[in-house]
Amino acid sequence: MPKLKIEDLQKISDKVRRTTLLREGAGRAKVTVHMGTCGISAGARKILDALLKIIEEKDVKDIILVTSGCAGLCSREPMVTVELKDETPVKYVDLTEDKIRKIFTDHVLEGHIVTDYALAIGSERTR
Amino acid sequence: MKPYRANLMLCAGTGCVSNHSFLVREALEKEIKKRGLENEIQVVITGCDGFCAEGPLLIVQPENIFYCRLTEKDVPLLVEEHFIKGRPVKKLMYTPPDAKAPVPKMNDIGFFKGQMLVALRNRGLIDPENIDEAIARDAYKAIAKVLTSMSPEEVIQEIKDSGLRGRGGGGFPTGIKWESCRNAEGEPKYVICNADEGDPGAFMDRNIIESDPHSVLEGMVIGAYAIGVSEGYVYIRHEYPLARDRLHIAIDQARDYGLLGKNIFDTGFNFDIEIVRGAGAFVCGESTALMASIEGRVGEPRAKYVHTVEHGLWNLPTCLNNVETWANVPGIINRGAEWFASIGTGDISESPWGGSKGTKVFSLTGKVYNTGLVEVPMGITLRDIVFEVGGGIPDGKEFKSVQTGGPSGGFLPADLLDLQVDFEQLTEAGSMMGSGGMVVMDEDNCMVDMARYFLAFTQGESCGKCTPCRDGVKAMLEILIRITEGKGVEEDLDLLEELSHFVIDSSLCALGGSAPNPVLTSLKYFREEYEAHIRDKKCPARACRQLNVYTIDPEICVSKGHGCGVCRRECPDNAITGEKNKTHFINQDACEKCGVCFDVCKFDAIQIT
Ligand SMILES: Cc1cc2nc3c(=O)[nH]c(=O)nc-3n(C[C@H](O)[C@H](O)[C@H](O)COP(=O)(O)O)c2cc1C
Repeated sequence: MPKLKIEDLQKISDKVRRTTLLREGAGRAKVTVHMGTCGISAGARKILDALLKIIEEKDVKDIILVTSGCAGLCSREPMVTVELKDETPVKYVDLTEDKIRKIFTDHVLEGHIVTDYALAIGSERTR
Repeated sequence: MKPYRANLMLCAGTGCVSNHSFLVREALEKEIKKRGLENEIQVVITGCDGFCAEGPLLIVQPENIFYCRLTEKDVPLLVEEHFIKGRPVKKLMYTPPDAKAPVPKMNDIGFFKGQMLVALRNRGLIDPENIDEAIARDAYKAIAKVLTSMSPEEVIQEIKDSGLRGRGGGGFPTGIKWESCRNAEGEPKYVICNADEGDPGAFMDRNIIESDPHSVLEGMVIGAYAIGVSEGYVYIRHEYPLARDRLHIAIDQARDYGLLGKNIFDTGFNFDIEIVRGAGAFVCGESTALMASIEGRVGEPRAKYVHTVEHGLWNLPTCLNNVETWANVPGIINRGAEWFASIGTGDISESPWGGSKGTKVFSLTGKVYNTGLVEVPMGITLRDIVFEVGGGIPDGKEFKSVQTGGPSGGFLPADLLDLQVDFEQLTEAGSMMGSGGMVVMDEDNCMVDMARYFLAFTQGESCGKCTPCRDGVKAMLEILIRITEGKGVEEDLDLLEELSHFVIDSSLCALGGSAPNPVLTSLKYFREEYEAHIRDKKCPARACRQLNVYTIDPEICVSKGHGCGVCRRECPDNAITGEKNKTHFINQDACEKCGVCFDVCKFDAIQIT
């Protein structure tokens, strides 16, 4: 390994940034894939795989991808929730790989909600 | 780089490792592979999270879900439920004492909530064996800053202004120590990191090295630059194999990157570090004994009027600092003296002696729910440490005392619980900050017996070079033993006090100089316990068994225990008679008061009077 220059510290830091943000739980956006039994049988797994692939392709570093249980609307699975920092979460339903690709580029990366696929804006209240 | 959607931060500090966290790791990796998740979920080995009582620990990021007491058997369920179906598993989470529901998120757990991480800022967040992860959390940035934009004098001024004081016991202002060493005559000079950590039950320094070795190395590089040094040593306790391995790896990786060695960052500054294994004696943690030990001589202290900053290792100027002291340095350089000085108590505008700044790491043990390692801001009250972070006293017992500062720290009573933890207030109360041991005692602990216990430790560790410590501490120990056996006399109390002051005033090093603290504080705050032992021949806490009278409650013995006879069989003196379904009886003339009957009776039929 060649000796580091001062600038290299920042380069290493950028390279590992995705990991650091992941561990700090701090990203620009959070995408939740609902993976209850219903979600999985409706193809949530494919959606998750697609998301991982897009993130790798586009080399996005500040998006957090998490899974959670069934969102309660089993007939409209697969389903994801997109939550940009400081904005209301948006739920997308009846997803396919193409749809999630569009949602990712339009909403997650550029901030425009894809109303055609959106079920509702906002989340149920939890107590 | 492949994106992972989750990182499983598995604690691999010494505590969790001995609770088999490596088996959990294997099981996790196997199960994740079996389920085809190996490209999305990564298992990361981290240093100690500090909540050792609940280990092995696993924190799932980014969700911050905290799992505890994991075994290999839990792994298939965990992977299925949490990582495939996205449903965190409640039964593997932490449920606080007296609470009904588990607390899923690490940041909501009382033990973690009350803490402030400065020295341990990377704990649980990085793999300590991977320098890139440390760099991503700003490691070595402070070196770049000092080497390119600060003069050595400016670095020293910054450390002085921060108010940082030694975390190894003495609380000496670090900036002043560096400055004296810089100004001392003689070349070459040395810096040393004291990682001997001999206090029984303490593991602050081990933890820092195991979770973030680079913070210590970086601190040393900065100190070396400020003082004008090109060679450093880490003197590490022999019994710390994991910490030592991680330190070796860290040093190798730093050398590889040119962060240690010749011409660091092309600035012409050279500095390298060597690891020396401790010689295995408590006294070797003392500065002059430690340096003697590195030189290959017997680890014995010498008189203090010759300062090690002028005449240290090989009689050359040497700056010795504790692990935690070094680990605080990079943060001060990165975030500024003012930030550091804004945490804590006192006023340091005149001199760094005026206050206690920053945080302190404590190892919290004894009679509290949450034993483990905690980092808290200076100035926090003892009450907050014991009851908020520590979760209070288990089994509904009453708090009695807390000892701060390790084996030679003083015992502080309940009415001092609102004392703020800082150098001055602890010393004033007769205890000390020490290096960060903290032992909580409850109503079942006898303070005379505790004083005896800690004095037995210091007496055993006395190197024997000076008479006051060698013979004085021994004489005190003999008196304490006598009192716990009911053979004490009234004059013993004055004698103990007199001997204490004599040993403190005339010992060569702080081993003898602080060993009497437990005796003096227990005499001051718990004198009535001594008096009960001496006048009534009774131990109020019933811990000094020689003073107890053991009898059997005939009613309970028959109705609950059906004369089970366990006590009769276990009694080493054959002092118990009785037969099945009938009450048993202790023959007081034959009883040697070992208390085994009390320990083995499941029905609480044995009574102590
Ligand atoms: C008997 C004895 C044992 C000590 N053990 C340690 C130790 O294990 N670790 C430590 O850092 N300091 C220990 N010290 C304190 C050191 O002498 C010294 O004050 C300290 O390492 C200086 O570093 P600091 O200024 O950063 O605290 C011990 C002192 C005595 C008297």
